[in-house]
Amino acid sequence: MSSTVEPRTGGGVNMTRLLMSFGPLIFLAALVIIFTVMKPSFIDPINIFNIMRQISITGLIALGMTFVILTAGIDLSVGSLLALCGMVAAVVAKGGAANTLSLSAAGGTGYGWFAALLAAVIVGALAGFIQGLAITRLRVPPFVVTLGGLTIFRGLTLTISSGGPISGFDPSMRWFGNGLVGPVPVPVIIFAIAAVLCHIVLRYTRYGRAVYAVGGNAEAARLSGLRVDRILISVYVIVGFFAGLAAFVLSARLNSSEAVAGIGYELTVISAVVIGGTSLFGGIGSVGGTVVGAALIGVLQNGLQFNNVSSYTQSIVIGLILILAVAFDRWLKSRVRR
Amino acid sequence: MSLAQAAAAPADDVLLAVQGVTKHFSGVTALDDVSLDVRRGEILGLLGENGAGKSTLLKILSGVQGPSSGRIVFDGAEFSPADPQDAKRLGIVTIYQELSLIPTLTVAENVFIGRAPVGPLGLVNWRRMVEDSRQIISRVGLDIDPRTPVSALSVAEQQLVEIARALSLESRLIIMDEPTSALTETEVQRLLSIMDLLRKDGVAIMFVTHRLEEASAICDRMTVLRDGRLAGHLERDGGPIQIPRIIEKMVGRAASELYARPTEREIAGGVRLSVRGLRTVRDPEAPHAIVLEGVDLDLKAGEILGVAGLVGSGRTELARAIFGADRIAAGTITLEGKPIAPASPADAIALGIGLVPEDRKHQAIFAALGILTNFSVAALGRFSNGLGFMAERRERDALSEYKKMLSIRMASAEQAMEGLSGGNQQKVVLARWLARDPKVLIVDEPTRGVDVGAKAEVHQILVQLAQRGIAILMISSELPEVLAVSDRIVTMRRGRITGEMPAVEATEEKLMELMALDRRQGRAQ
Repeated sequence: MSSTVEPRTGGGVNMTRLLMSFGPLIFLAALVIIFTVMKPSFIDPINIFNIMRQISITGLIALGMTFVILTAGIDLSVGSLLALCGMVAAVVAKGGAANTLSLSAAGGTGYGWFAALLAAVIVGALAGFIQGLAITRLRVPPFVVTLGGLTIFRGLTLTISSGGPISGFDPSMRWFGNGLVGPVPVPVIIFAIAAVLCHIVLRYTRYGRAVYAVGGNAEAARLSGLRVDRILISVYVIVGFFAGLAAFVLSARLNSSEAVAGIGYELTVISAVVIGGTSLFGGIGSVGGTVVGAALIGVLQNGLQFNNVSSYTQSIVIGLILILAVAFDRWLKSRVRR
Repeated sequence: MSLAQAAAAPADDVLLAVQGVTKHFSGVTALDDVSLDVRRGEILGLLGENGAGKSTLLKILSGVQGPSSGRIVFDGAEFSPADPQDAKRLGIVTIYQELSLIPTLTVAENVFIGRAPVGPLGLVNWRRMVEDSRQIISRVGLDIDPRTPVSALSVAEQQLVEIARALSLESRLIIMDEPTSALTETEVQRLLSIMDLLRKDGVAIMFVTHRLEEASAICDRMTVLRDGRLAGHLERDGGPIQIPRIIEKMVGRAASELYARPTEREIAGGVRLSVRGLRTVRDPEAPHAIVLEGVDLDLKAGEILGVAGLVGSGRTELARAIFGADRIAAGTITLEGKPIAPASPADAIALGIGLVPEDRKHQAIFAALGILTNFSVAALGRFSNGLGFMAERRERDALSEYKKMLSIRMASAEQAMEGLSGGNQQKVVLARWLARDPKVLIVDEPTRGVDVGAKAEVHQILVQLAQRGIAILMISSELPEVLAVSDRIVTMRRGRITGEMPAVEATEEKLMELMALDRRQGRAQ
């Protein structure tokens, strides 16, 4: 019978596969070492926690974005959605849309942090659901639907807030942004828990398998009995939920919800996911990669700042890294295919 | 298939000579000391199983890769193209299965792509371009408006446009890679007669194909590859090269060992799936699709019912309708006595129906994902607990069980599906359905793109499954396969069932007649 040798099972390929899984991680470690050598105080726990807190907001959204990109979709609306959810959370927390520039909580009129959190994630999930419906039922590409969402949600936010910020929350709510558990900032804990949960869902559940399958080949998934449309809608609900959660944490941290919050976040978020090795064509990627990708961006930003590199130059470097990371990924894959 | 044969070209008129070409890829020898030649005005068949080295040879000849060693002489000069563009310029054009026309552009624009005739101001002279294109495509018997966008043409017409373009580039050798795989019978005949015309014009053609009947009908000579080596050359003597001779060269053993003749099996089971008066409607999104009309069918438990039909007979549409993938306009489907109306594949699967689709790459496999995911995707319920967590141990055990049962050759459960050969991929897809223990399994072209050796294995697997009581509907355009594997055979043509008989009574001739009744009339014109 055809006992032909499968040419792709050699040891060299396994090495490549290994690189594919750990490439971004190696890159991250190298950056940390370089920055530490340049300025040893970089590695101080205070700075490290600082970096982790910085990345936790976009990191949360990036977790949701990982689901979306795994299905070969994209969500450009997350920055605007973050602003909308933050504004809704603020309205609920303050008991009204009255703009205030005072940073102290006006005692007793609001509905408390839990209602604010709930409102933020429900609005986020609902927005994702509606976008998912538009993508699957109207057959409009995700890029277009969420590009529309990007302006719609920003407009809604400005309408609710009349353009201004809503500030001054309860200390109980602010704890979610500024609190510490031991030395660890609360946003970092929220991000870590969320990342672990997402990892478990994608790696160990039936739903996770379905997400990969839909991204790998939607037609084959459909002919294998998966309800492809439902899965597609669900990933937009998930990313919307995380945009809501991130909005809540950001508002708590800034003690204010800004109508202009989150502008450009979609690009940071997508960069984190893509640098982390998730393929824009779907089916390939992991939560671990996204966490590393988010950390890479955070370390770069912080490290460059630490060394007094201007924010203009930072943008240039991060853009270059993004392109390099994807080029590296492509190159690895072309080696595996051959 | 009997085309008028041109007189054999004189043997000394060699256009292309491949001499001892070897190609290594990271330790694997894909081609080992292969020699062949193509003469002016002849059609050389290049045959071999998948993995025999055909594609590697094509890549070398079309300038995609260079050989590791060996020598190629084209038209008296050393041939070592820097890239595909260079190969084209030197006079060798390769036409691949995936056509390289740009669908949004017109026929004329495609023919003149990169070399549009320009006027004095450097602007495109559209009138001349259209007129010249009209002439160019008439050479391959195409009579269409050159201003038609390519996307509006059938696959066959697109192919002819590509051939015409190649001719207009003054190509002296046209390599055709599986040109007939997507064509209907009439279109195949048309293509073959055009190839015949070109041969008479002195054009050399290398015809790479799996379809032995076509190769036998048209080729002057054949070169057969096996496992990267030259298995031999075949030459016409008097009549066409006989198919059993080709198969013997391809597989290294006699064809009679490959296909067992059908034996009458005792089918104990009652009718499991029954279709009555099935009709489908024309989908505005797919206006070329075949519409089923009044299809009746009974499938018994433990039986393999072969559906023989040419491309465009409605056989695939039948499978998709039963599977809930296409909408049904009228008719009833009964499963184990109960009427069913699956509105989606998910419904059909829940009812116990499985489908191994025809187009493995696009419809069945998740190429970049691991074998494990590919295997369990249709049975996620079976391999997960009530909370939705995967029971990976159980999943892996099941996979290794099927690996043994179907002798799937793979490195690990995590190996990417695209790393497997076609035959092993197909076995994984079969295992996917076995994991669900289906009542009815529909297999559409089960051995397409599968090596001759693995074909026999897939056939054995199908018979074993039937013996376990699964009702199997096997759709195939390969008559030897239908004859060897089926218990009973129905034929289809133009969306209707045209005949039914037990496999032991069937012959290729009988089936062909029922599948293609109007073929004779078509040829008589």
